[in-house]
Amino acid sequence: MLYVALAVRAFRRYSTYIAATLAGIFTNCVFGVIISFTYIAVWQQNPDAGGYDVTDALTYCWLAQAMIMTVAIWGGGAPDELAARIRTGDVAIDLYRPVNFLGWWLASDLGRAAYHLLTRGLAPTAVGALLFDLRFPPSMAAWAGFLVAVVLAVVVSFAIRMLVASSAFWLLDQAGVKNLAAVFSMFFSGLVVPLVLFPGWTRDVVMVLPWSAFVQVPVDIWLGRRTGVSLLSGLAFQVGWCVVLLALCALVLRRANRKVVVQGG
Amino acid sequence: MASRTAQQLLWGGRAYLILSWMWIRVSMSYRTSFVVLTLGQFFITGLDFVAIVIMFASVDALGGFSLAEIGFLYGGSGLCLGLADLTLGNIERLGNRIRMGTFDAMMVRPVPLYAQACADEFSLRRIGRITQALFVLAWSITALDLDWSVARVLMVPYLVLCGTLIFLAIFTLGAAFQFWTTDGSEAANAFTYGGNTVTQYPLTIYPTEAIKALTFIVPVAFVNWYPSLFILGRPDPLGLPAAMQFAAPVAALVLGLLAALAWRSGVRRYRSTGS
Amino acid sequence: MSLIQVENLSRTFVVRRRVGRFRREAQVVRAVDDLSFTVDRGEMVGYIGPNGAGKSTTIKMLTGILVPTAGRLSVAGIDPSRDRVELTRRIGVVFGQRTTLWWDLPLRDSFELLRRIYRVDTARFRRNLAEFTELLDLGGLLDTPVRQLSLGQRMRGDLAAALLHDPEILYLDEPTIGLDVVSKGRLREFLRSINTERDVTLLLTTHDLQDIEQLCSRVMVIDHGSLVYDGTLAGLHARGSSTRTLVVDLVDAADPIDVPGADVRRVDGPRQWLSFPADASAAPVVAAVAARYDVADLSISEPDIEDVIRQIYTGPDQLRFS
Ligand SMILES: Nc1ncnc2c1ncn2[C@@H]1O[C@H](COP(=O)(O)OP(=O)(O)OP(=O)(O)O)[C@@H](O)[C@H]1O
Ligand SMILES: [Mg+2]
Repeated sequence: MLYVALAVRAFRRYSTYIAATLAGIFTNCVFGVIISFTYIAVWQQNPDAGGYDVTDALTYCWLAQAMIMTVAIWGGGAPDELAARIRTGDVAIDLYRPVNFLGWWLASDLGRAAYHLLTRGLAPTAVGALLFDLRFPPSMAAWAGFLVAVVLAVVVSFAIRMLVASSAFWLLDQAGVKNLAAVFSMFFSGLVVPLVLFPGWTRDVVMVLPWSAFVQVPVDIWLGRRTGVSLLSGLAFQVGWCVVLLALCALVLRRANRKVVVQGG
Repeated sequence: MASRTAQQLLWGGRAYLILSWMWIRVSMSYRTSFVVLTLGQFFITGLDFVAIVIMFASVDALGGFSLAEIGFLYGGSGLCLGLADLTLGNIERLGNRIRMGTFDAMMVRPVPLYAQACADEFSLRRIGRITQALFVLAWSITALDLDWSVARVLMVPYLVLCGTLIFLAIFTLGAAFQFWTTDGSEAANAFTYGGNTVTQYPLTIYPTEAIKALTFIVPVAFVNWYPSLFILGRPDPLGLPAAMQFAAPVAALVLGLLAALAWRSGVRRYRSTGS
Repeated sequence: MSLIQVENLSRTFVVRRRVGRFRREAQVVRAVDDLSFTVDRGEMVGYIGPNGAGKSTTIKMLTGILVPTAGRLSVAGIDPSRDRVELTRRIGVVFGQRTTLWWDLPLRDSFELLRRIYRVDTARFRRNLAEFTELLDLGGLLDTPVRQLSLGQRMRGDLAAALLHDPEILYLDEPTIGLDVVSKGRLREFLRSINTERDVTLLLTTHDLQDIEQLCSRVMVIDHGSLVYDGTLAGLHARGSSTRTLVVDLVDAADPIDVPGADVRRVDGPRQWLSFPADASAAPVVAAVAARYDVADLSISEPDIEDVIRQIYTGPDQLRFS
């Protein structure tokens, strides 16, 4: 099938940069260690800060490192290629392909995510588990739920990155918007500080933003803090954002399409 | 011989200024974009500190240090990194240049390569990070209830100078490393931005082996930790002699020499591209 | 002493190529192999050879970009890899494949920046810039950023940039690549003028043999890293192809002409092509043909330089010597 072929091609393409992957894993691990010690310090002071215990926090820390590239929290992946094609005008060709435009890019991005999950996801998790005492999913349901949640996280992130890349249709260059999006994404996904630590009402707010689908929801499923109905509602939350954001993407692309047709790119 | 070296250094510095000034002029011709990007840097890097503040909603000290004290560490480290980043941040593009073969163009110019690599597309917007760090530093100084003796006051610029030199050396080492593997540039981030993140917190939160490693192997502890112990009037958790608190120039010198060596052998290793 | 001296110069590259998914194999490529030559002041030397012969590698060593693996070289009395920065003031370099200018800067700013980093004094800079602007027709382009220039325009900009500091030597690596016929002509004219007017020594690589025919009195041919020819263009003709061609137009179509000292290569109706040794005189052949056949017209063609080169690049080994 076409989409599978696209995903496989993307997977292969990323797998040619071995040195870059190793360097990235190294960096993820260094940051994992640094952040682990800050979390240990926090949870030493307050053993159930945010409702987590220190093992939860450490697990969170390493899974977050594993998620950085898989979910492309800082941006990148297939939408970056789209932005480049918009700049050069090659996108006009893509728009006339007899395949679903979003599907085309999503397949490619899922292929990339699969590669990053297997390398930059697995490796830091393994290193983290060797260095610290981490928690693993307590049940098969948690494992399965986690995997589904990661896929959904990639899709939510993909939709946001697509919206950012689409800004290039009007601005020609996505760089500024991309920078801004990366900041939101980094902060509100809980990459620096877990969302559970946000005080008072800010916690309720960040929990419903789409970025909480990136790390917080999958990690809570992994930790077994979301089971049964709560697990399903977490997934439903992610699906909800997928639907809303992809619909928004489709809308924006329709407009962009009209613009390309009228102005010739 | 010595005078020739001195002359070369002087010329390198001047050429660096000439090249940087040209890039400043270019960025100024897109003024709004410049302002937006600078403000962006200010807020982006500021979120780092917001994260620490959020942690302090759950605790009132980390590793025995208060928020104001951590603000001082954070501001010091951020300022040093920011200054180094402003000076030669784009040196990390070296790998890209080597891969594309555009490094050749630098080699046929009468300016030391290092000066050119440092000034490459000099981005003034990096003052965003510097300003942010200054704000945090200034806030922490007002929030700290310290007895500002002359020695302590003098220690602040001393810290900034030595810390910046240490980060400059680390950036250079990371860039020189790219002469060996152009794809591995991300590993350098572990030492530059990683070094910055490590030193934002009091080292007391790390195990003693880690503190030793940060002192003797990757000596980023000298960026702000040892000088800050003196300024904040804190005992050294390792119980090292007080002289350590003034030893930052030694660390800067050693790293600087290493960086110079790595850079030189990297350049000699350069093999251009096949076309 | 010659301006450029190259003695037993070699450069090898270790190339790692992937065999299989993860295994890599190291292989040594001898890009330049025991090369020796000298170039005197004021010469205009064409440096040719097939793809991958080692031309660019030689030029990169002559500019100090690459450190030689073995051998000695001196350019204007300077060892390029040791005193590269010092050498840069004495040479100019143009790479046809990629610019040495700053992508985002208009040409004018690039030139101004070069003035400052080469420390050219203002009066001389103004004079040079005015002259090059005129000769290279840069007037309308000075305020355009380099990234927006066409290939030919950019090449002119690069040329001016390489000469602003009055270098003694100009290296050009494929300067005419991608240029149209008219641009090539102008560029050659410009190169000739800076060679005669400014006494700049030129070393240029190219795949367009017209560049050589129109510019260079001396040609060096390199193949697999070593020189296979160094001499005049005429000598190259003689060396490469040992035959000339006599084209005979007969009044009527006839069987292949049979005369001593020449062989028929091709027959096309009344026209026939005869080849005879290049160092033999054409007169006896012409006389013999005219004596036996009804000749309408006769012409002699010299071997085409392209053919000569093709023979050297692909030809039998006895043509190679160094
Ligand atoms: N940086 C490099 N790394 C590895 N191999 C190289 C490198 N540069 C050149 N080579 C190899 O050295 C040989 C000579 O290359 P060079 O670029 O000098 O050829 P050239 O004569 O300029 O060819 P062309 O006419 O195609 O430009 C080639 O086999 C090339 O693959
Ligand atoms: Mg070449």
